[in-house]
Amino acid sequence: MTVTILGAGVAGLCTATELLRHGIAVQLVDPSGGPGPQGCSWWAGGMLAPFCEGESADPQIVAQGQEAADWWQQAGAEVTRAGSLVVTLQRDRQELDRFARRTSGHVRLDRDGLAGLDPVLADRHASALHFPTEAHLAPRQALSALRDGLTRQGVTVQPEAPAPGLTVDCRGLAARDLLPDLRGVRGEMAVLRAPGVTLPCPVRLLHPRHPLYIVPRGDGVFMLGATQIESAARGPATLRSVVELLSAAYALDPGFGEAEVLELGADARPAFPDNLPRVLEREGRIHVNGLFRHGFLMAPALARQAAALVLAKLKELPPCRSS
Amino acid sequence: MPVFYGTEVASRLMLGTAQYPSPSVLTEAFRRSGAGIATVSLRREAAGGAEGAAFWDMIRDLGLPVLPNTAGCHSVREAVTTAHMAREYFGTDWIKLEVIGHADTLQPDPFGLLEAARILCADGFKVFPYTTEDGVLGGRLLDVGCEVLMPWGAPIGTGLGLNNLYGLRTLRAQFPEVPMVIDAGLGLPSQAARAMELGFDAVLLNTAVARAGDPAAMATGFARALEAGRLAYEADPMEPRDMAAPSTPLLGLAVLA
Repeated sequence: MTVTILGAGVAGLCTATELLRHGIAVQLVDPSGGPGPQGCSWWAGGMLAPFCEGESADPQIVAQGQEAADWWQQAGAEVTRAGSLVVTLQRDRQELDRFARRTSGHVRLDRDGLAGLDPVLADRHASALHFPTEAHLAPRQALSALRDGLTRQGVTVQPEAPAPGLTVDCRGLAARDLLPDLRGVRGEMAVLRAPGVTLPCPVRLLHPRHPLYIVPRGDGVFMLGATQIESAARGPATLRSVVELLSAAYALDPGFGEAEVLELGADARPAFPDNLPRVLEREGRIHVNGLFRHGFLMAPALARQAAALVLAKLKELPPCRSS
Repeated sequence: MPVFYGTEVASRLMLGTAQYPSPSVLTEAFRRSGAGIATVSLRREAAGGAEGAAFWDMIRDLGLPVLPNTAGCHSVREAVTTAHMAREYFGTDWIKLEVIGHADTLQPDPFGLLEAARILCADGFKVFPYTTEDGVLGGRLLDVGCEVLMPWGAPIGTGLGLNNLYGLRTLRAQFPEVPMVIDAGLGLPSQAARAMELGFDAVLLNTAVARAGDPAAMATGFARALEAGRLAYEADPMEPRDMAAPSTPLLGLAVLA
C-alpha cells in the first residue's frame, strides 16, 4: 500500500523521508511541484536551537528538538554545529539574566570569553550566553537535499493524488479546512550580504520590543528574523517590520550598515492554540501540523511519530489481495 | 466595582493580550486573573484584515468587554485613525488613547494626547487616556470630555511600580470623583496592592503577566493583591506614626515572677 503525503514543505518532506526509511512506499503530492516560496519553511531561519527555544517554548520542544541536528545530517543536509550566542544591548542587560534563568545548556561568557568567539561582538557586549551544542542549517539547501534524496529513491512530487489511500496531511496552514483551530502567525525576514561581518554562529539579540536573530548562511550572507504577528496575512514585509529588523541588526554589529539587502520575505506559520506541533488522526487522515516557529527543529521528531502511527495503521488494515 | 462611562465592570483588573507565549497560555491567564476588561492592540494585526480573525475570535471568546488601544501611535493623526479602525472592528466606542512622545521611554506626549482626546471625545468616543500623573494635564483631559484618567505607574514595560507616589496621591486627591486606572509600569502584585491602597479604581497590566515564567500564576497573584489592597483602602487604614504604640496596655500586665 502506498501512503499519500500532502504537502512538500518541511513537514511533508521529512515525513516522506522517514516513511521510506521504514520501507513504506509513499507518493508525495503538492500542486506547486516541490519546496519553494509558496511554503513557509522556505522563509525559515533554520536554527536548530532547542535550548534557546526553551525560554518561551514547552519542555517537549527542548527535549525532542535535540534530535534534529543528527536527523538532518543523516538526511544529507549541511548542518553547522557552531553553537549559538545570546546577547543584549547594554541597557537591556537584565534580559540576559532572565533568559539564562529560563534556559539550560548554556555557559555565560564575559567580554574576554566572547572575544574568543567574535571580537566585534565583544567590543559592544560585556557578556553573552553561549549554547555550544546548538546547530543551524540553510533551510532551502536542506529542503533540496530531502527532495533530491526522495528523487533518488523514485519518489517525485506529483501535482495531484491519483488514488489517495492512507493520507498524511502536511499542508500547513492550508489544512485549516480540516483543522479549524489552526491559525497563522505572520513572520517577516530579510537576507543581507555583509562581507565585513564575521558572526561565527547564529546570534540572538534580546530586546523587549524588537527581538532579533541572525543566522550566518556562509559567504558573507546573513538571514535576519523574524517578526511574530497574530495574523495569517502572507503579503510582503511591512516597512515597520523591516525597519525594526534592520535597525536591530545594525545595533548588534555596525558592519551591517553597508550590507546589501538581497531579499525581504514574509509568510504565515501554522500554529495550534498552544503553539505546540502535533501528529493527530482525524477521520482516517493523519495530520502533521502546527510546527509554528519550530519547523526545522521539530519536523524530524514529528516525522518519526507520524511514521510510527502509519506503521500501526498499516498493521490494522487487511493485507492486499493480489488477483 | 468601578464604573467607566456608565458601565460597571466585574473586576479591578484590566489585562492586556500581547506577548503571551501562546493563545492557550493567554486564555488560562485571563481565566485565573478574573480580569474585567481585555485590552487589545489593533495596529499591526489589523493590517491583515480578516487574516487576523483567529486571534480576535479567541479574544471575543474570553467573554469580556474589549478596550482597544492605540499602542505605538506617535502622532495625533495615527491615534485618531487607529481609534476609528478599532471602533469599526470591535463595535465599541471605548478607546484607550496612547500617543507616545518618545520612542525610547514610551512616555506619553501630553500635547498630542490632549489634542487627540479632544477630537475623539467630540466624535463620540469614550476615551481612556494614558497619561502621566500631571494634574494640570489630567484636568484638561477631563475638560475635553474624558471621564476616566489612566496615569502611568512607570514607563511601559519597566515593571518599576509606582514611580512617583506623591504625584499619584496628589492626582487622586485632586479629582476624587473621577475613575482612575494605574496603567503601565507595574511588575509585581505588591505594587498593584499599593495602587489600590491609594484609592485608585483599577490597574491595567500586560507585560508583568505575559512575560512572567508562569503567566497564569502571576495573574492569580495580581488578582489576590488587588483584592487585598482594595479591602485595605475600604477598611480605613490606621495612620503611620513615629512613636511605638503597644497594642496591649502595659499597665495591668500580669507579673509572672
